[in-house]
Amino acid sequence: MSFINFKKKEVQVKIVYYGPGRGGKTTNLEYIYSNFKDRIKTEMVAIKTQGDRTLFFDFLPFDMGKIKGYDVKVQLYTVPGQVKYNATRELVLRGVDGIVFVADSIEVRKEQNLHSLKNLQENLAIHKKSIFKIPLLLQYNKRDLAEQDIPLLSVETLEKSLNSKLKVPSFEASAVVGTNVIQTLKKIMSMTIISIANQLK
Amino acid sequence: MDYNLGPEQLTKIEEVLQEDLMEMGVHCVIFIDMAGNIVANLDDGEIKHDVYSLAALAAGNFGAVSAMAQMIGEEDFSLLFHKGEKESIHFSKVLTDFLLIVIFGHEISLGLLRLKVTESIEKIEKVLKS
Ligand SMILES: Nc1nc2c(ncn2[C@@H]2O[C@H](COP(=O)(O)OP(=O)(O)OP(=O)(O)O)[C@@H](O)[C@H]2O)c(=O)[nH]1
Ligand SMILES: [Mg+2]
Repeated sequence: MSFINFKKKEVQVKIVYYGPGRGGKTTNLEYIYSNFKDRIKTEMVAIKTQGDRTLFFDFLPFDMGKIKGYDVKVQLYTVPGQVKYNATRELVLRGVDGIVFVADSIEVRKEQNLHSLKNLQENLAIHKKSIFKIPLLLQYNKRDLAEQDIPLLSVETLEKSLNSKLKVPSFEASAVVGTNVIQTLKKIMSMTIISIANQLK
Repeated sequence: MDYNLGPEQLTKIEEVLQEDLMEMGVHCVIFIDMAGNIVANLDDGEIKHDVYSLAALAAGNFGAVSAMAQMIGEEDFSLLFHKGEKESIHFSKVLTDFLLIVIFGHEISLGLLRLKVTESIEKIEKVLKS
């Protein structure tokens, strides 16, 4: 959960990028980091294996500026998507305020997306949170691959398979090119801030 | 792990950290929750660490160690200590949801530090429960 320091007038918000292995979570954070280098004073923390797969998490602190006199500090995390790292995924979700689910648009990844979304629901339940209540949005990543004639899942198929019950906002994106990466971030930040503000009422 | 801390509670926690730990000469004290949020942070003004990243890593690290403890049938490891060339770092659990991180130099003995950490944790737990 977010921590609000009424004394320092500061809010810390935790946003986690979730999704199947190789879906593009780390690439999202890398794009954000390179785009906002001037506003991010620290290095991005990445705990990864030799093959560049996330082993524990990536971490990027991001200053959102002031909202109603409060300094909003957003902490961006990614989880390791590989199935075998579930214990660490569960840990990273501790105290999460908002989630971006990065789905892989490549046709053969349809099942992996579904599994990962189910796994998110289960892991949230361990933390007594509901996937239907937490601020969540879907990002259909790797749309750029259409130009290389790689078979992709259509947006309709993705919506039907992942979003028919959730009915949350979704974005088509390309994390390598940067398409809709910042829009995804802005949307989840505003959804999360609204949800925190509502809880305070 | 829902909790709420009022300004008075925060002030009291900061006072404990200042009087019990900073004044004995440690370099930096960070009090965090297990989600990796910083609740309170004091330093001697000389060393500038990236405390937000430190907090995220400490929470993850402690979470991982706790999960391992459970796997081998231990309740929990309530503290962790890493000794460095110039600075050492000491982590201790406060209630179930918080972690106290102290960074200190050679001048301070581990024995004395542990004593002071234990004392301040008792005081902080009282504040958190109040
Ligand atoms: N073409 C294309 N490739 C992408 C895109 N996003 C990520 N990739 C590539 O996909 C691979 C995996 O990306 P990562 O960001 O490491 O994936 P991840 O979700 O962090 O994977 P894990 O850490 O294993 O969970 C890398 O080679 C990226 O360059 C995209 O939008 N388009
Ligand atoms: Mg990754």
